[in-house]
Amino acid sequence: MSKVYLSYNNIISSLGFNSASVAKEVMLGNSGLKQIKDTSVMPEPFMSSLIDDDALTAAFKNKTEKKYTKLEKMFITSLQDTLGQSNIVLTDRVGLIISTTKGNIDALDAENDFPKERAYLDVLAKNVAHYFGFQTEPIVLSNACVSGVLAVAVAKRYIKSNMFDHVFIVAGDLVTEFILSGFNSFQALSSEICKPYDKNRIGINIGEVAVSALVTKNEENLSDEAVEILGEASCNDANHISGPSRTGEGLYRSIKSALAQSNLTSEDIDYISAHGTATMYNDEMEAIALNRLGLEKTPMNSLKGYFGHTLGASGLLETIIGMYALKQNMLIKTLGFAEMGVTQPINVIENTVEKPLSTFLKTASGFGGCNTAVIFKKVK
Amino acid sequence: MKNQFKISSYCHVKQNKISLNGTVLFSAEAEESKFLKQAYKALDVNYSKFFKMDKLSQLAFLAADVLLQHENISEENQENIALVMGNKASSLDTDRKHQDSIQDKASYYPSPAVFVYTLPNIMLGEISIKYKLYSENSFFVFENFKTNYFYNYTNSLIDDKKADKILCGWVNVDDEDYEAFLYLVTPNGNLQHTEKQINTLYNELWKL
Repeated sequence: MSKVYLSYNNIISSLGFNSASVAKEVMLGNSGLKQIKDTSVMPEPFMSSLIDDDALTAAFKNKTEKKYTKLEKMFITSLQDTLGQSNIVLTDRVGLIISTTKGNIDALDAENDFPKERAYLDVLAKNVAHYFGFQTEPIVLSNACVSGVLAVAVAKRYIKSNMFDHVFIVAGDLVTEFILSGFNSFQALSSEICKPYDKNRIGINIGEVAVSALVTKNEENLSDEAVEILGEASCNDANHISGPSRTGEGLYRSIKSALAQSNLTSEDIDYISAHGTATMYNDEMEAIALNRLGLEKTPMNSLKGYFGHTLGASGLLETIIGMYALKQNMLIKTLGFAEMGVTQPINVIENTVEKPLSTFLKTASGFGGCNTAVIFKKVK
Repeated sequence: MKNQFKISSYCHVKQNKISLNGTVLFSAEAEESKFLKQAYKALDVNYSKFFKMDKLSQLAFLAADVLLQHENISEENQENIALVMGNKASSLDTDRKHQDSIQDKASYYPSPAVFVYTLPNIMLGEISIKYKLYSENSFFVFENFKTNYFYNYTNSLIDDKKADKILCGWVNVDDEDYEAFLYLVTPNGNLQHTEKQINTLYNELWKL
């Protein structure tokens, strides 16, 4: 069975416009979150990491006459970098996955300049695909907050089914009034920088990024930080549409299935890049699932304190940071964590330190009861 | 690595009709907005959470329920049935409702009960909860039903032994328009699991 890899990549975020510089900021302990005062999206000030419009427009360098939305600019700018590094000809063997929960949802707003039709996700996908001349129909994956990491699993599956040799993934969501008002109605937003797994955690921050990566079976197309995708699974909690299972059932099953496919046991995982949204229920659920799997001593982090929860991008964003963590043998601290706030023991990384690493587990959970786990191994 | 899986059942919902394996089970003259609730009653679904769902989840749930009941799938068995679904309009039908609730600052009423349905994969969660499916969930958006993407993804799940059965299909709600086409891929069944067969079944939707 041929191997499948996650290779060249890009991050467009408030911490920088390429993966290496963003990973460096994260390892230095710098957060992209800050207080935003913008009453057009939220009546009260809120914590977020936003992409600067002017910096984005400058980086985008539109080569066409067409007008693009902010999210399309983010996607194209990110993919431009990843495509350039990959140097792969776009044939009918190259797929494109767009991972997003809400796409151009701001187009529904009466104040928005773009037509409402722009809110259809397939229209967004075509705009991105046509810009680069992809020969295949783009795939939109919209699976709530697991979308970004599930996209990696889906790309691998399409390669293994022999539909494609390479798949590019681009993932992202905007911080909009639509999203903020919704999470606010759940009383899930924290007005301070979020505190994953911490005793005093009070909720999430929503952030925006666009990230992209190449998934390939070709060993000629591997970047220095490339990883092999060993195993993956996505299991539902079958419990509740807006709250996680109290027993962590879906996450437990996802990790178990991913380990089995990887021919690994819990002891083989060097570090866990967890979801860690900093809500009461999510963090507790994760601690329970990790304990059921004997993963409570494995070093783990949540990166939400650096970017906030970036929705459909978060799983891929955190995977890319994980690739850099493996390459540089660094365990990255959970920014915002100070005092254990979950009932089951877990090994939250408190200080960024060097440690030899070769394998990591990425997990995510989301509305609809979905959970995803993917296991990666260092190549070089 | 050719698998020998079959299609054992399929379901269509469109034009105020629900059909199973090509036979109409229920049809109504009612206006579209009332059809799903009438079908719920007529088909004796008996699942009170149905009334909390948005139209997209109701449509998916009803189609899945008809098909899984027919297949004698019971929540007690906690079967490993993957859900692989897609549509064109994502959750836009409910997105528009949430947008209406925040458009006017003088009349601002966002609700968690609406907001949670602004994700298309919620329908997969609803089906999973009812049938205790702790299994793979994937939701895709395309301009229209793309047989090859569903077929290849399903085969990959089978080859990797990620599921024993796969409930696949297309569930779309967009303002007044709606349609659902679901089919169950299993080790046993009367129809071949091929792209040609899936296309034939999908096209029946437009003759309903």
